[in-house]
Amino acid sequence: MNKKFFATPYIIWMTGFTIIPLLLILYYGLTDKTGAFTIDNIVSIATPEHAKALFLSIGLALISTLICLILAYPLAMILKSLQVNQNRFIVFLFILPMWMNFLLRTMAWQTLLENQGVINAIFRFLGLPQMKLINTSYAIIFGMVYNFLPFMILPIYNVLIKISDDIINAAKDLGANQFQVFLKIIFPLTLPGVISGITMVFIPALTTFVISNLLGGGKILLIGNVIEQEFTFSGNWHLGSGLSLVLMIFILVSMALLAKYDKNGEGTVF
Amino acid sequence: MKKFFKYLYLVLIFIFLYAPIATLVVLSFNRSKSRVRWGGFSLRWYDQLFGSSTIMTALYNTLLIAFLSALIATIIGTMAAIGINKMKKVPKSIVMGVNNIPLLNGEIVTGISLMLCFIAFGISLGFKTVLIAHITFNIPYVILSVMPKLKQITPGTYEAALDLGATPTYAFFKVIFPELLPGILSGYLLAFTMSLDDFIITHFTRGAGINTLSTLIYSEVRRGIKPTMYALSTLLFVSVLVLLLFINRPVKPKKKKN
Repeated sequence: MNKKFFATPYIIWMTGFTIIPLLLILYYGLTDKTGAFTIDNIVSIATPEHAKALFLSIGLALISTLICLILAYPLAMILKSLQVNQNRFIVFLFILPMWMNFLLRTMAWQTLLENQGVINAIFRFLGLPQMKLINTSYAIIFGMVYNFLPFMILPIYNVLIKISDDIINAAKDLGANQFQVFLKIIFPLTLPGVISGITMVFIPALTTFVISNLLGGGKILLIGNVIEQEFTFSGNWHLGSGLSLVLMIFILVSMALLAKYDKNGEGTVF
Repeated sequence: MKKFFKYLYLVLIFIFLYAPIATLVVLSFNRSKSRVRWGGFSLRWYDQLFGSSTIMTALYNTLLIAFLSALIATIIGTMAAIGINKMKKVPKSIVMGVNNIPLLNGEIVTGISLMLCFIAFGISLGFKTVLIAHITFNIPYVILSVMPKLKQITPGTYEAALDLGATPTYAFFKVIFPELLPGILSGYLLAFTMSLDDFIITHFTRGAGINTLSTLIYSEVRRGIKPTMYALSTLLFVSVLVLLLFINRPVKPKKKKN
């Protein structure tokens, strides 16, 4: 029995429920209501309203990704240095919050960020000035970093623990200082994890509509919100699909990046 | 000193990750319905929870979809991983590329693409479409969990079993399967968790008739969420916490029998 055919059900499934649906988006995005070919749906990204939403989404997603990277890298290094052999336990600690519903966790940030909320109460206690956080872009960034941070930590950690101490010791024996070891040895070796983490944070942050809805008070429109409204309220699927195609350009770029830097798929999340 | 900062940093990150969860747990015991005022300790939301048929139906749907989608995804995904592992380089990289699509695609794109597909083929939106959608985004997680275990299998053991007279099926279940099992189990758990926590894809593929916890919560957002939801989440969270602590309990070395 040829084991290759074990993959047949999977290939059929993925063709039917991943590839064909994506082709349908392509079809809807490139046609109008009468079924005639048009590029209007895609060009409409250039209208001021849509362009503003797209640029805001890209901006917030970039900032969130950067913050996640800055927070996650040292954390992954610390987790490695703790020599916890229970890799699985650490993964559990980061996926455990997901058992508390995603919407409720984000709602809980509303409570914490509110003008009379816990964070401002701590600020008051410390004698710091009060901050207006809720319903601002800051709150949305907060929500994105909170929700997607584990997706940055895990890939970096997974690559980091595979680096053998021998390599690091060899570099030190050859006279490298700690900074050089990091720059020349550790960082390049963790690049697959870093790239994987960046895409795993950037894409959901770019396309979210829930976080902006819950923490932005419905006033801040991201590209995800625009697309969601086209499908659920306005009912213009063609426009919604056209805008999704624009988003998919970013997805293709990240797939290309992953294919380039993470050839062996070592930087996987789990 | 350096160690102190390390632990401080760890603690701060965990406070950040678990603060909203602690908030929800506290609010679930709040007598007042307000999210900012403490009205005294009470178990009334827990009491109301079990009386609410809407929540119980949504919970049932959520758990059933998570259970079934993770199970089916684990079966298809494990078989796929074995098959993909045997493929030649080019087809392998194509299939793995496709496997990455649901992971990298924004959930909103996956959601609407599936919705368009179901409607185009005349499949009415409901329980089965949500189930299909969840299986679709769960399979890649299973494959990514099983793949590394396949690569770790000592080469030759399967052939050795065959040489010793085992049938291929027997050899598979005695030699390969036990080595894959940890990967399969963590794949299942991951798939279950992802399904349980999903909102966006369910939102687009569910149609009007069916609610999961996520979609029920989302529809309550504008009217104000009832604290019964906090109570339910607390119960779910605590039960999983206990389960995971039990699974990961420090294993004591077995006592030698004299």
